Amino acid sequence: MPLEQSTKNMIQSNEQPASESELTIDQWQSQEYKYGFTTDIESETFPPGLDEDVIHKISAIKNEPDWLLQWRLKAYRHWLTMTEPKWHNIHYTPIDYQKISYYSAPKSDKDRPKSLDEVDPILLETYEKLGIPLQERAILAGVAVDAVFDSVSVATTFKAKLAEVGVIFCPFSEAVTEHPELVKKYLGSVVPYSDNFFATLNSAVFTDGSFVYIPKGVKCPMELSTYFRINAASTGQFERTLIIADAGSEVSYLEGCTAPMRDEHQLHAAVVELVAFDDARIKYSTVQNWYPGDKDGKGGIFNFVTKRGKCAGRSSHISWTQVETGSAITWKYPSCILLGDNSVGEFYSVALTNNHQQADTGTKMIHIGKNTRSTVISKGISAGFGQNTYRGLIKINKGAENARNYTQCDSMLIGDKCGAHTFPYIEVKNSTAQMEHEASTSKIGEDQMFYCNQRGINTEDAVSMIVNGFCKKVFRQLPMEFAVEAQKLLEVSLEGSVG
Amino acid sequence: MPRSFKNEKDPWIQMLEIKNLHACVEDNEILKGVNLTIKAGEVHSIMGPNGSGKSTLAQVLAGRDTYEVTQGEILFKGKNILDMEPNERACEGMFLAFQYPVEIPGVGTAYFLRAALNAVRKHRGQEELDAADFLEYVKDKMSVVDMDAKLLQRSVNEGFSGGEKKRSEIFQMAVLEPSMAILDETDSGLDIDALKIVADGVNSMRNPERSFLVITHYQRLLNYIVPDYVHVLIDGRIVRSGGKELALELEEKGYSHINAPMAGSTA
Amino acid sequence: MIELMQEQDTYSAVFARMETETLDGGPEALLSLRKDAMQHFEELGFPTTKDEQWLYTNVSAIAKTTFCPATRPDVAVDAATLERESFAGCGFHRLVFVNGFFASELSDTTELDDKVTVISLTDALKQQPDTVMAHLAQYADYKTHAFAALNTAFMEDGAFIHVPKGVVVDKPIQLLFITVPNNETSNEPIVVHPRVLIITGESSQVTVLESYVGLGEQVYFTNAVTEIALGENAVIDHYKVQRESTKAYHIATMQLNQQRASNGASHVTSLGGDIVRNNINVVLDGEGCNCNLSGLYIPRGKQHVDNHLLVDHAKAHCDSREFFKGILDDDAHAVFTGKIIVRKDAQKTDGKQTNRNLLLSDSARVDTNPQLEIFANDVKCTHGATIGQLDDDALFYLKTRGIETEAARSLLIYAFASEILDEIKIEAVREQVNNILLDRLPQGDRFRGFKGLQ
Repeated sequence: MPLEQSTKNMIQSNEQPASESELTIDQWQSQEYKYGFTTDIESETFPPGLDEDVIHKISAIKNEPDWLLQWRLKAYRHWLTMTEPKWHNIHYTPIDYQKISYYSAPKSDKDRPKSLDEVDPILLETYEKLGIPLQERAILAGVAVDAVFDSVSVATTFKAKLAEVGVIFCPFSEAVTEHPELVKKYLGSVVPYSDNFFATLNSAVFTDGSFVYIPKGVKCPMELSTYFRINAASTGQFERTLIIADAGSEVSYLEGCTAPMRDEHQLHAAVVELVAFDDARIKYSTVQNWYPGDKDGKGGIFNFVTKRGKCAGRSSHISWTQVETGSAITWKYPSCILLGDNSVGEFYSVALTNNHQQADTGTKMIHIGKNTRSTVISKGISAGFGQNTYRGLIKINKGAENARNYTQCDSMLIGDKCGAHTFPYIEVKNSTAQMEHEASTSKIGEDQMFYCNQRGINTEDAVSMIVNGFCKKVFRQLPMEFAVEAQKLLEVSLEGSVG
Repeated sequence: MPRSFKNEKDPWIQMLEIKNLHACVEDNEILKGVNLTIKAGEVHSIMGPNGSGKSTLAQVLAGRDTYEVTQGEILFKGKNILDMEPNERACEGMFLAFQYPVEIPGVGTAYFLRAALNAVRKHRGQEELDAADFLEYVKDKMSVVDMDAKLLQRSVNEGFSGGEKKRSEIFQMAVLEPSMAILDETDSGLDIDALKIVADGVNSMRNPERSFLVITHYQRLLNYIVPDYVHVLIDGRIVRSGGKELALELEEKGYSHINAPMAGSTA
Repeated sequence: MIELMQEQDTYSAVFARMETETLDGGPEALLSLRKDAMQHFEELGFPTTKDEQWLYTNVSAIAKTTFCPATRPDVAVDAATLERESFAGCGFHRLVFVNGFFASELSDTTELDDKVTVISLTDALKQQPDTVMAHLAQYADYKTHAFAALNTAFMEDGAFIHVPKGVVVDKPIQLLFITVPNNETSNEPIVVHPRVLIITGESSQVTVLESYVGLGEQVYFTNAVTEIALGENAVIDHYKVQRESTKAYHIATMQLNQQRASNGASHVTSLGGDIVRNNINVVLDGEGCNCNLSGLYIPRGKQHVDNHLLVDHAKAHCDSREFFKGILDDDAHAVFTGKIIVRKDAQKTDGKQTNRNLLLSDSARVDTNPQLEIFANDVKCTHGATIGQLDDDALFYLKTRGIETEAARSLLIYAFASEILDEIKIEAVREQVNNILLDRLPQGDRFRGFKGLQ
């Protein structure tokens, strides 16, 4: 095999001190999941299992009002009638929902920290390791961070500063008590409790998440950000995020995700709902780097996520950007319901699968209002034994006069044991629609590498050049510092896959 | 043409020496003992039928690891380069104009070429160029092959026509200023106008310190790039060498004529 | 079924009559080829919309019409028409055919290089029957394509072009096919089966233009077949400008077979015809080939234009590009089918298909159908299709700059088309198509002489 041979050559040449190549494939391969440490702190964790009792307990711990408990129970009862979907192009050992613990919180949650100073220092250290700009760095970066550790939010920075302009940014459970009228009005308004198997499960057992409300005409003064981390063993994470952008407002929201290395699979089933009113803009970016499992496919997060935004108002705008490099399984379709006339939906995605990772991801753009526009740019990268599926639906309803869609969907294969699959669904019920679809599959390999090498460029530079070139259109959508992070993440995730 | 350029101070008057080169891919021997010496300033042409090993020779010289060199050596400016990586050989001044130039989507030609040029300059102990200096530097080079400046902004070879790809290869050669340039079928698939542009570009770069190895399938190219020597490669060996008139003989009589009486002999 | 049998029977009867009367002039091999083709046509019958390849194009009108074979017309083509249609002054080499018959008095090949052969197919069959028979019907498949079979059985005359190794033909070779009523008094529908065979040698280069012109507004049927055998490292630019009568049926098959490192281009402009179908089939049968297919169709009224492309990547390292644009008005209907097959050994294939359509009315219709069939694992194939109307935002923008609606619309339509006009490298031909387009646009005159809109 030429690839192996080249690896060997590289190693040999590295043994010679005079060699030009400094970073070898060998060294790359030895780099492992950088975020795979566990944190030793005292947690309160429910025993595994799910029944109505567990839901009562979750609701009680969070001092929830009865309507929310009833909503959860309604979801749970509906969930019992549902079966796991099978249409996706991913394969995994069945999940035993009774073996998952549905609640885990750091003990100190009992008397929640009132400020950052009160947060468990070990926790803070964890975030340091993750590189989260929680304190000074946060201020420098101008990022307000809500960090979700296992099942609960532990700290929200910049709350006061945001409150000045009327922006609410707090843990979901806090919103339930502080702003019940908003939560009651919008919870489930975009993703109903009966939506799909995983969203329904989430509706029954969700523990925390972030809540954002941007009042009329307010441009949120800083990027909002949430970091999710699953720490405790055998726990699932079921967070729920709700963002409401009132008329004329604007917000950019970022989420990042990591999890420790564990041998067993862990379930993450989140729900994100966005609502944008007239002329409001929501930009939602994700850098997902959950633990992907080891080289042989052992362990890793099962990531089943439902994300949907409703462009409820005229000229509203929702944009999803995702860089998905982690998880053993990624199953998510951030979507837009383009209800308001002239509303715009966007989806920019880079999904990378290496080793035994599988991804089935894409988007749904539902055009209902007149002159609605959507753009879909999807870049799938498959390496190792990775399987990457793009699944997208563009639907133009009857009344959606002059709707427009542009879809570009490219796949890159690295090596010959991985796969790329594309399932674009297009349903057009209005003849004035303008649809544009482009798709390509290409293979990065020896040819491109040799071409770069022949021009004097070394292997390390060549890989990052080629991969970043491929993803350029998506990275451009990310805020600057996250674009850099995303680039690095891709490089780390791809290490050892190119010779 | 400067055939016998001599310079006592120049240690690598022998630009390239290929000695008894054997190379195979997956146990299949393709080069079966190639011997070839190219002096500084010379233009050599290699012709031969399909599958004779012409492209393999080019790739082996540039360091492609698909091929395993089982015997022989390659001296470039007196140094054995067999253990060098392709990028090290490139930095030493070896350039291969690809038969099928590779596309690299999303990577701008200017960015790519600057990375390449700076790698080469760094190796030569020259200062690296910033974006502005680089653009200044390539401006002249573009005229060598009548290149549209817009091409610099486009991704490497992506969406280029066949002719543009080949011209871009010659342009890159002009930018990198190699001492040994190998052209692998740069003429194939070109119309007559593009062929003339490519040939003019190459001719303008001929000088006493630069050598060319021009691999071609079709005699026509040699009407425009006149070589000092012509070699015939058949079944992994150079079976005959001569001056430019050999190309015309080939054109007239075909390879079968060469092959039969000359088999087994070497140049 | 009974009806279909009758349709074929008409042709069978004519074939039987002609077999004894007129078709026995050529080599023996030709007669058996005709018989074989006729037999295949009888088996195949005319395609119906149940046939996957003819899903959107209904040819029953052609099947039902009784066409009589064209005869050498007694109507002369006047000098002014010839001058206009043959790009007088541009020095093109040309062969002219009237109702399918070679008109030597209208043709001009005097300036041609001696090494190049450009003669009528009838003459070629007499002068070099072996060369012709070695290539004729070897590329265009008549065994599965009814119209190609019909042409092969009935071909009366056509063009034979041979460009030997290394020769670059300086000027375009025009093949001008003019159809006129059989005689001045008769309006009987006629059928013509033009046949073109082009053979090019290694490293040669040639540009060929096929012009189809209908004089008058009669019903007739042109069933053309062009075969091109493109040699190694050779270049061909092939153009077709089709301006049949608006009542005419035009079914054409272009078969291009490319050898190693060759460069083939085809550009089809469809302006006339009632039912039009362009089958363009390419086989990339050697490494390193380039193939560039483009076209423009501007149907209006009830015109139906179907471009049916098939590019077969049989060998590695070949690039193909399909780029077709349509502008549809009134009740026009356009069909685009672009299929790329990438065979198992055709690694490093780069295939690109683009089809863009502009609908100027609510009742115009487009069916666009890009298809990929890929059996190799290291390839790059893309396809893109758009069907849209004039951009309201752009229209509004132009209007705010003081351009009235009609002119703004024309400007946008012209801008849409100009990208594909640029694909025509023969200046005189580009001008011709450009002018026809401008003639059709309200206030089109305002843009005459504009360059570089894109």
